Amino acid sequence: MDLKTGDDSSIKGNTRDKGEEDRGLINDVTSSEYKYGFVTDIDTDIIPKGINEDVVRLISQKKGEPEWLLEFRLKAFRHWLTLEMPQWAHLDIPTIDYQAISYYAAPRKKEGPKSLDDVDPELLDTFNKLGISLDEQKLLSGMAVDAVMDSVSVKTTHKEKLAELGVIFCSFSEAVKDYPDLVKRYLGSVVSYRDNFFAALNSAVFSDGSFVYIPKGVRCPMELSTYFRINASGTGQFERTLIVADDDAYVSYLEGCTAPMRDENQLHAAIVEIVVEDRAEVKYSTVQNWYAGDKDGNGGVYNFVTKRGLCRGDHSKLSWTQVETGSAITWKYPSCILAGEGSVGEFYSVAVTKNRQQADTGTKMIHTGRNTRSTIVSKGISAGYSQNSYRGLVKVAPNADGCRNYTQCDSLLLGPNCGAHTFPYIDVLNDTAVVEHEATTSKINEDQIFYCNQRGIPTEEAIGLIVNGYAKEVMNKLPMEFAVEAQKLLQITLEGSVG
Amino acid sequence: MNDNILLEVKNLHAGIDGKEILKGINLTIRQGEVHAIMGPNGSGKSTLSSVLAGNPTFTVTEGEVDFHGKNLLDLSPEDRSHEGLFLSFQYPVEIPGVSMVNFMRAAVNEKRKYFNQPALSASDFLKLMRQKRAIVELDNKLASRSVNEGFSGGEKKRNEIFQMAVLEPCLSILDETDSGLDIDALRVVAGGVNKLKTQDNATIVITHYQRLLDYIKPDFVHVLYKGRIVRTGGPELALELEEKGYDWIKQEVDNL
Amino acid sequence: MGSINQYIELYNENHQAIARHSSAALNARREKALSLIDGKQLPHRGVEGFEKTSIEEMFAPDFGVNVNRMNIPVNVAASFKCDVPNMSTWMSYIVNDMFHVPANARNNMPSGVIVDSLNSPQSQNIVAQYYGTIANNADPAVALNTLLVQDGVLVYIPRGVKLEKPLQLVNIFSSPIDLMAMRRLLIVVEENAEAQLLICDHTQDSEHNYLSSQVIEVYMGKNARFDLYDIEESSKKTARYSRLFARQESGSNLLVNGMTLVCGNTRNSYDIDVVGDNCETMLAGMAIGSGNQHADNSSNVNHRAAHCRSSQLFKYVLDDQSTGAFEGSILVSPDAPYTEAYQSNRNMLASQQARMHTKPQLEIYNDEVKCSHGATTGQLDASALFYMRSRGISEKEARLMLMQAFMADVIETVRMEGLRDRLRHLVEKRFYGQQTLCADCGISCHDNK
Repeated sequence: MDLKTGDDSSIKGNTRDKGEEDRGLINDVTSSEYKYGFVTDIDTDIIPKGINEDVVRLISQKKGEPEWLLEFRLKAFRHWLTLEMPQWAHLDIPTIDYQAISYYAAPRKKEGPKSLDDVDPELLDTFNKLGISLDEQKLLSGMAVDAVMDSVSVKTTHKEKLAELGVIFCSFSEAVKDYPDLVKRYLGSVVSYRDNFFAALNSAVFSDGSFVYIPKGVRCPMELSTYFRINASGTGQFERTLIVADDDAYVSYLEGCTAPMRDENQLHAAIVEIVVEDRAEVKYSTVQNWYAGDKDGNGGVYNFVTKRGLCRGDHSKLSWTQVETGSAITWKYPSCILAGEGSVGEFYSVAVTKNRQQADTGTKMIHTGRNTRSTIVSKGISAGYSQNSYRGLVKVAPNADGCRNYTQCDSLLLGPNCGAHTFPYIDVLNDTAVVEHEATTSKINEDQIFYCNQRGIPTEEAIGLIVNGYAKEVMNKLPMEFAVEAQKLLQITLEGSVG
Repeated sequence: MNDNILLEVKNLHAGIDGKEILKGINLTIRQGEVHAIMGPNGSGKSTLSSVLAGNPTFTVTEGEVDFHGKNLLDLSPEDRSHEGLFLSFQYPVEIPGVSMVNFMRAAVNEKRKYFNQPALSASDFLKLMRQKRAIVELDNKLASRSVNEGFSGGEKKRNEIFQMAVLEPCLSILDETDSGLDIDALRVVAGGVNKLKTQDNATIVITHYQRLLDYIKPDFVHVLYKGRIVRTGGPELALELEEKGYDWIKQEVDNL
Repeated sequence: MGSINQYIELYNENHQAIARHSSAALNARREKALSLIDGKQLPHRGVEGFEKTSIEEMFAPDFGVNVNRMNIPVNVAASFKCDVPNMSTWMSYIVNDMFHVPANARNNMPSGVIVDSLNSPQSQNIVAQYYGTIANNADPAVALNTLLVQDGVLVYIPRGVKLEKPLQLVNIFSSPIDLMAMRRLLIVVEENAEAQLLICDHTQDSEHNYLSSQVIEVYMGKNARFDLYDIEESSKKTARYSRLFARQESGSNLLVNGMTLVCGNTRNSYDIDVVGDNCETMLAGMAIGSGNQHADNSSNVNHRAAHCRSSQLFKYVLDDQSTGAFEGSILVSPDAPYTEAYQSNRNMLASQQARMHTKPQLEIYNDEVKCSHGATTGQLDASALFYMRSRGISEKEARLMLMQAFMADVIETVRMEGLRDRLRHLVEKRFYGQQTLCADCGISCHDNK
């Protein structure tokens, strides 16, 4: 083999064995560039770095918040001081200096934008570049968008149309002003500020996010979508989403995110809380494409997110679908507490890691209600030098009779230097439960690649095809418009220059 | 009570999860008779056999079933078996890890216990197995395997008739025994059933097609539709169904 | 802090006596062990991997250790016949923590084979070479064992020797007071050698509380083949923390099957280090729980070489308020291409209060692998139950038959026919709630109520 290190490419081409060639291709294919890495030059209001009670008060003051919310933040902050960053995940997290982060950044503006004309054209341009038009005329009619840049909501579309049905879809800050009772009732009811380190931090410093309320019996006629963008440097993003679906309501909610390419690591610690009442259904879809750092692992977003839904109502249903391609480090377990009788929880996930990315993601299905059902389908794809872990908990409480869970976790390894790991925790405290977990780990099937080659499909394309097929079960769960975007994203992530 | 009545079903209603499937079945079966129950898919044929055998999945909501003087619905599935009711399953259940020998020994000896008879000695039991196996030409090898595990469709059905031969029931219900059988297997299975037929026992043949009835001649043919027996006749009714299908009966019933 | 201190104290007070009763090789490791546990706590519920079993609590009662080597009447061993019908074995005993071998028990053993006390003169060369080199002292409980152990067994099979009949070791608890036994096994199977070892754990009376701390070290040379069957039929007042560490050189073939039929509070850990190419590893286990029994198995197969296969199968049937835990992990390092590793954990809960906790894990750092794991927790198959009842088998009988059948594939892994038959019998009796009194044995090991 040593003889082949010369640069005579004709020799190299003839003697490199097939496996090695595939490896080379896989390398090329899986190290493509990030397309959303630009920075918007815009006047931004950033508070000084560091965190203490005064900073928490300043954030609250900047947002003109009522006293009870400031109290909530302070309680959370004081609790956070007592906590240490969790170490149990299969992640190598560099020490984070929480005093070196600015906890509030907002595009400077006069007053809240009343119409599109009031929105800074730079901002509109940014979102246009990201493929998100905030112009309602140009928007897909089936989708309403809340665009969040750094810490604040820039614009929410289609609000009036939704209001006719009684659907509330607005930024979190507006909700605090306009619907304080609803926010007060639900804030922290699913994810307590005491839940974990990052939840406490978020509860102390969260800046904005989306608020959704679907009243009794209303089927939300369009997809609701929030688009998150980190722009400013040296800042963290701490948004908070609260979705409440009242009895017999239905909503499909989408979330997308990107960030510029920067050498530094940026912290994103969000909270999503969902409450699902009797017979209501919430579908929550995420396409996560935060900047993942360069191929040597410099920069990238630390995505430490707490997402949880409470299926409080009987026969309620919550479905999480996520396509995770970005972030340097992902720490995220969208969960369902299945409390209502006959409630249903679902988790469908595709997580792709490449270069030096690390992901530790999965779900928790807590069955506390009778006859509750959950399904988990997780597809991990690791490439380069990345580490990709599934971590999940399925728990059946003693009084929860007749529960069922089915879990399928598959891991695909592309290349010899990556890792794929599976850590399921299964706690069955009831003898009428049926809980099944199956997991496999393997490399991409060479017979399939060869079959494609024989039919004239080049290897890089074949890998794309096979991976897409592998992820299909999850992709099919995404709403139509999103599925196309997600599939493209998967393709770009894996194919890049060669594709 | 008429001496030779084996089974009398009166106004039987039953269902699953609150959904009614049998909506008032009436059926009388005497010793020595063969009854065929036919009907389109979903008419309740398999439900009827499951309910008679006592499958706990189904709930009886109304009606009575007398089984040679005993209230059948009061009996556990195993006691129904001891009393002489045998169900040949449409889909015989695979039980990995339980050998056919252990399974049958338990079945035979539990029945003997029910009638206060001593358990069979190992050699008597093996003799019984050998003797009964011959009736359906069941391969000796199958006896050492786990119950139905890895058996072909034909082997499973043969195994059902073999068990019927061992347990010597007075009423056998053959639930779609012909499904999944090729013609040779069908002949062997039907031959087994005919060999076991006596003046004292009776058979209910549940089937979709006339085919099986060429081998097992029925005295009565009933048509089950929407949970009721909508027509009863002699063997000629089966031939008529074979020729004309079920649609004409469906129409007659639906137009009532 | 923690219960370990009382044992450190015990050691400090008695270290001279302990040293006097033990061989130099055992004594040589004690100081290091002491330094490792200083200030440490035994694994407890807050520690990853010990969520359901606290070793700290197991060791918390101030157990006595037989420091003065008080001799337990040998007739216990003499009257104890743990015979497996149709299977002849070379038998020896550990009574509490003392090795005992009956006269003539080593007749016809091939020359060079050693089955003897870790303290016996003929053991010393091997013990000095291997003792303490395979076990991982990072677990304070293992270090504690190293600190306090005074006797144990060496099984040495020299190069190329293939034993034609199995070795059997019977662990017996018998004592007039509550007692802790530090048990230690060193098993060296050299290149191309083959052996089978059957270990049976018994507790002679159900009155006293016992704690068994067992550390087993297994070294397997190239192309060696070794089977270890470890059957526990102790008592509900017996706690057991057993850790097995094995190192496999290339081409070796290891089978470990641990069966917990009767126990109090048991934790078994298996750590297999596969360092040579082309190895085979089979780990199997079953636990049958009733009453308040607790059985916890943890496995860790560490693939560090190419072209190896490992397979794990663990099954539990839990009745009454019994609890079970399983944590299994497969680790495939970058140096282990072409690994095939499988793991399966199947559990059946037979009562409302029974509990099962499962954590199967895969940690894979190589793409040339085929790995899978599966875990299910459920109940008896309702359609099989009805099928059996429709053939006249009572519901109770049918349940018992199905439970036995559920365990059948764990017994199938046993590579000794006589033992397989025996195990089927023991499992059947266990399910039928009878005392698992062995044939010809004059001792009632435990009451099973």
